[in-house]
Amino acid sequence: MKIEIKLRDLKRTVEISRTDGALRFVVDGRSLDADPVEIAPGIYSILIEGQSFEARVDTTGGGLRVSVAGREYAAQIVDPRQRNRYRGGAIEAEGRQQVIAPMPGKVVRVLAAAGDVVEAGKGLVVIEAMKMQNEVRSPKSGTIERMLVAEGQAVNSGDVLAVVV
Amino acid sequence: MFRKILIANRGEIAVRVARACKEMGIRAAVVFSDADRAALHVRLADEAYRIGPAPSRESYLAIDKVIGAAQQARCDAIHPGYGFLAENPAFARECAAARITFIGPSPEAMEKLGSKTAARQLARAVGVPTVPGTVEPIEKLDDAIDAARKVGFPVVLKAVAGGGGKGMRLIEQETGMSAAWRDASSEAQNAFGDARLYLEKYLIRPRHIEIQVLGDHHGHLLHLGERECSVQRRYQKVIEEAPSSLMTPELRGAMGEAAVKLARAGGYANAGTVEFLVDTEHNFYFLEMNTRLQVEHPVTEMVTSLDLVKLQIRVAAGEALPFTQDEIAVRGHAIECRIYAEDPDNNFSPSPGKILARRVPAGPGIRLDDSIYAGWTVPNEYDPLLGKLIAWGADRKEAISRLKRALDEYYAMGIRTNVELFRRILNSSDFQNADVHTRWLDDFLRQPASTVTPGDREQSNADDAAAVALAMWHISRNGSRDGQKADAPSLAASEWKLEARREQLNRAPRE
Repeated sequence: MKIEIKLRDLKRTVEISRTDGALRFVVDGRSLDADPVEIAPGIYSILIEGQSFEARVDTTGGGLRVSVAGREYAAQIVDPRQRNRYRGGAIEAEGRQQVIAPMPGKVVRVLAAAGDVVEAGKGLVVIEAMKMQNEVRSPKSGTIERMLVAEGQAVNSGDVLAVVV
Repeated sequence: MFRKILIANRGEIAVRVARACKEMGIRAAVVFSDADRAALHVRLADEAYRIGPAPSRESYLAIDKVIGAAQQARCDAIHPGYGFLAENPAFARECAAARITFIGPSPEAMEKLGSKTAARQLARAVGVPTVPGTVEPIEKLDDAIDAARKVGFPVVLKAVAGGGGKGMRLIEQETGMSAAWRDASSEAQNAFGDARLYLEKYLIRPRHIEIQVLGDHHGHLLHLGERECSVQRRYQKVIEEAPSSLMTPELRGAMGEAAVKLARAGGYANAGTVEFLVDTEHNFYFLEMNTRLQVEHPVTEMVTSLDLVKLQIRVAAGEALPFTQDEIAVRGHAIECRIYAEDPDNNFSPSPGKILARRVPAGPGIRLDDSIYAGWTVPNEYDPLLGKLIAWGADRKEAISRLKRALDEYYAMGIRTNVELFRRILNSSDFQNADVHTRWLDDFLRQPASTVTPGDREQSNADDAAAVALAMWHISRNGSRDGQKADAPSLAASEWKLEARREQLNRAPRE
């Protein structure tokens, strides 16, 4: 499979395949001799040309970040299989989507109800955390199947707020 | 010696004090709020007592509940840590009334030295230099303008009850005075319930250097040298070190003597810190005294080979200090960084949450004083300090390289931390040359972070590693749902992932 990655404003393509049980990587059309091992979810030990790297992928707070060799970068992943439509540059998700709380906090407003038809990017729930209000948006255009939170309710990071189909 | 000590605190300092108790054969009892049932200080203690709901006012700051827990546990002493009730004379008095030893100074000494204005008056009375400014709180705006003219602009307005930069305003010239007066007093009222302000001359490129003092109840009072805490973000210490690069034996002697003189004048016993600002001409000015153990006490411990918490406990139990001033020697160099759950991309706002995985740095010269573990959720309700990472080296250069090495080993996934900030600071030439002052970091943070130089082989391999990691991560989360299944790698679902899925399943049906 092939994905596109944006890292430090650099666009790169990564192709992964498995032959004889071994993973093979082609990065930007060039074969890469990489030996990755997953240590724990999001934590990888990667050997490239004898150099040992530890890379960590984290999504805390919403954005995707990768840290390697003592530096941390914001990153984006585009999977062509999921790239059917673009809206305002954002990638729209497909299928039944759970809307997840990106941080612990309190629900201060619920902006949509079950049965509502929403556009991708429409605000669904406002969560207040550490006195900051954060709008959680719909990942896709569709119908709210379930709204699982009410105003005043406390939520933890990762809690499902709503389901959009 | 005490049989059992109640630790009236939480977080890394509660763990630190419990460790000292255990090493001394004293039972360690702790208190906890509802938010801290699973906290490390509870897990490591010999005894633990619930004292109320999460808000500090109803738990860690509730004097009657803390004393009640100490009585229930039959403790003969209370260690307050720092923050919460540590500098509250009323609490020290309640301890005495309950015949429980408060491990710290007397309430009278706390009042004389802990209040900024009272301490400055005492300093002037005994000939310890203070920053030029007003001795008494200022009544009204006109008086503030008069005082500012007298010492010369720029000046700073500060809250009498203040700390941590709240209720504090810099005024460059007279026209800015009335707005600053209004803002500072309303901020002080909101933060401390006390709107009173005083005024000080604003020093150019000052360094924050503080002297650790220690006294027993047998008339001995001495100092353990200095710590430099000039790297501050908005008046909050970020990095502390000992010794100070600015220090000469003469300056250390003079500042140490001044600190001891002031503490003695206030009738001080136990551990305390006298804070000074030092200007470019090596003039020093008394700033304030902290009548408690400091967050940054480990750097002093590392260079003096002393255990300050054990010494606090010993002198509180009536023992005499086991050494004299001449026997205090400073060896090597130590640097501490305060690791916070903060989001560097969001103006360092607190980033509470569940810690999914972490690694503890170790090896020569490294000390980590913290209170977190994988699986623990950093609560919303308290200061987001996760812990302190301290490096010791034979000299400052080795301490810096050890700290950098340890920071590379450190991670806590699931929350954001300010670790990246320390890498930037430690890699800067200003910090390496010790060319810093109390406003250096605020200036430094306004500059863009240095960009990596592309083309370098190691960097390009690191970029490739990042790309591979992102691809692996993407597959492990999304799998391969379409027709490409045949040639896509199938990564075995680990126990971790299964557990995460189970959690999701448990969460979903909440209708």
